[in-house]
Amino acid sequence: MFYREAGDFKTSYKDDNQTFPIRLDRAGYWVALAVAFLIIPFFVNDYWVNAVFAPFFIYAIAALGLNILTGYAGQVSLGTGGFMAVGAYACYKLMVAFPEVSIVFHVLIAGGITAVVGVAFGLPSLRIKGFYLAVATLASQFFLVWLFNKVPWFYNYSASGQINAPERSVLGVIVTGPNTDAWAKYLICLVFLVGLAWVARNLTRGMMGRKWMGIRDMDIAAEIIGVNPLMAKMTAFAASSFFVGVAGALFFSVYLGAAEAGESFGITKSFLILFMIIIGGLGSIFGSFAGAAFMVLMPVLLKNVLVGMMGWPTDLAAHLEFMIVGGLIVFFLIVEPHGLAQLWRLTKDKLRLWPFPH
Amino acid sequence: MSEQLLFAAEVTLNGLMAGVLYALVALGFVLIFKASGIFNYAQGVMALFAAMTLVGVQQGQIPFSHLINAIFGTEIHHFPWHVPSIIAIIAAAGVMVGFAWIVERYILKHLVGQPDIILFMATIGLAYFMEGFGDLMWGSELKTLDVGLPQGLNETVLDATDKLFGYGFFLDNLDIVATLIAALLVAALTIFSQYSKQGRALRAVADDHSAALSVGISLRFIWVLVWSIAGFVALVAGIMWGAKSGVQFSLSLIALKALPVLMLGGFTSIPGAIIGGLIIGVGEQLFEFAIGPLIGGATQNWFAYVLALIFLVFRPQGLFGEKIIERV
Repeated sequence: MFYREAGDFKTSYKDDNQTFPIRLDRAGYWVALAVAFLIIPFFVNDYWVNAVFAPFFIYAIAALGLNILTGYAGQVSLGTGGFMAVGAYACYKLMVAFPEVSIVFHVLIAGGITAVVGVAFGLPSLRIKGFYLAVATLASQFFLVWLFNKVPWFYNYSASGQINAPERSVLGVIVTGPNTDAWAKYLICLVFLVGLAWVARNLTRGMMGRKWMGIRDMDIAAEIIGVNPLMAKMTAFAASSFFVGVAGALFFSVYLGAAEAGESFGITKSFLILFMIIIGGLGSIFGSFAGAAFMVLMPVLLKNVLVGMMGWPTDLAAHLEFMIVGGLIVFFLIVEPHGLAQLWRLTKDKLRLWPFPH
Repeated sequence: MSEQLLFAAEVTLNGLMAGVLYALVALGFVLIFKASGIFNYAQGVMALFAAMTLVGVQQGQIPFSHLINAIFGTEIHHFPWHVPSIIAIIAAAGVMVGFAWIVERYILKHLVGQPDIILFMATIGLAYFMEGFGDLMWGSELKTLDVGLPQGLNETVLDATDKLFGYGFFLDNLDIVATLIAALLVAALTIFSQYSKQGRALRAVADDHSAALSVGISLRFIWVLVWSIAGFVALVAGIMWGAKSGVQFSLSLIALKALPVLMLGGFTSIPGAIIGGLIIGVGEQLFEFAIGPLIGGATQNWFAYVLALIFLVFRPQGLFGEKIIERV
């Protein structure tokens, strides 16, 4: 009744191609942004930022990155954890080497370095396809983590083998290190997320995104109609790795504060982010957000209910969490292989007609 | 022969033995992939689950005892009996057959005709589910698995090589037994698939699903069958690895080690799985021996993947895989 196209006249191509074609959606988008930027920062405390918001924002960035590669360009990657580690260690080295430069640049450059590494590991994708590629990307995962553990230069010869984020500030506000305020952590992650989501949306609906989707749907056919597979695959790897690298840099510097490659960026992280985009929806920006929110919130919820309310031991709750995550993935693949994003789409289609049947 | 060379020979031999164990896991992958085109990531967790079930039954653990204790506040742990190994093995095999049936009934049936990658992800989901389920059922602590396999250093080999070269080779009895059992298993599987009726049906399904259906082969039965066989192979692999390093979560990670083996050998070839396993086993031991100390050690973590990756760039279908033909 309220959610409808009627009366919303599009008089230019620009109007016709906008991201949110329905007026209520547009309003919702601006309201969500306003709430996120202008209201929540005044109310967040440490628990909410550390348990919910910061991991959600950072994983959403990583999920956007993986979704570009897997959802849009069709190249399955199990190396996300390794690329996050590249972002984290690059950011660490930059933060230590150039303390006078703003951390925003460090994070972005770390993303750029990850993009270069991603392209290098993506080169075999021209020859290797499907499962073989998925397994081949494991090579990057294990090799990179090993590299960061074994070469002391990367962790500046620290005795523990850990990297620790020094204190840095943006516009006079401390954003890394133990003295960070909750709202500063929240805002810096949010700014990166909103900016990168905007980039991702515009990349994927432009010419580049169409090329990626052509390669995904059938690479030989795409090549015949003039898509250069080398360029398309390499740009997909570069863009994806950039996002993942930024996520890794933020994950280390803002969220964790201290990291160790094998522990923070292991193979489980790769799977976690893969699950986010499967449950959220492959090839959908909204899906990346929904999947990340789901995978971050569900363990928090389960822990609160099982451990907090029912008094179960934590290890039992962890086992149950594994079962629920696995079961949900299978359930989603059977019932709705396109994930939460598709459910959202169907709901919107229904809403357009509601309350009338036709 | 020089000391160094003999030492390298010993490393190679141990690598071969380790390779046999990798091949054992890879075999389960290949069986399922051939018959149903599913890349079964859960194979490693199946091995873990099978080994856990075996230990649990053997020691008379009460399933879900932790859960029951947490909910009802009781204090139960074990039944007052111990089950002989052979019966426990049969029981574990039975559980794996039941598991195969459940997977077919509740997962595969609903996913027929989906793209391969969706099926792959479904098996990742299955792996997570089983991991949680196994821990919930039997507890997640480290368990020792003892079904009476010989352990420790093999004296005969040590003596014989000592006399021959003046340098004794260290071989583990368990590795030798594992090699023999793996050889037996492969022989049995080959005979089964070549000469039995079900085996022929299995090969027919592997060749062409719809053609097999049209001559009256029940796809669903074949799937249950092949998942049962894979479950059995997982049980054997679980027993071997479990006896070697204990039954614990890291057992499921051998699946990750089996992946480069598969890539090297090709996803569809049983001999490929064996030879790939041997190459990886020997390769990573020799690499660690020769180059590892120069670059910081622990190269086993990634060597297999990088080797497979480089290899695939030149031969994308693996050593013995079917040639990939693409059409628009």
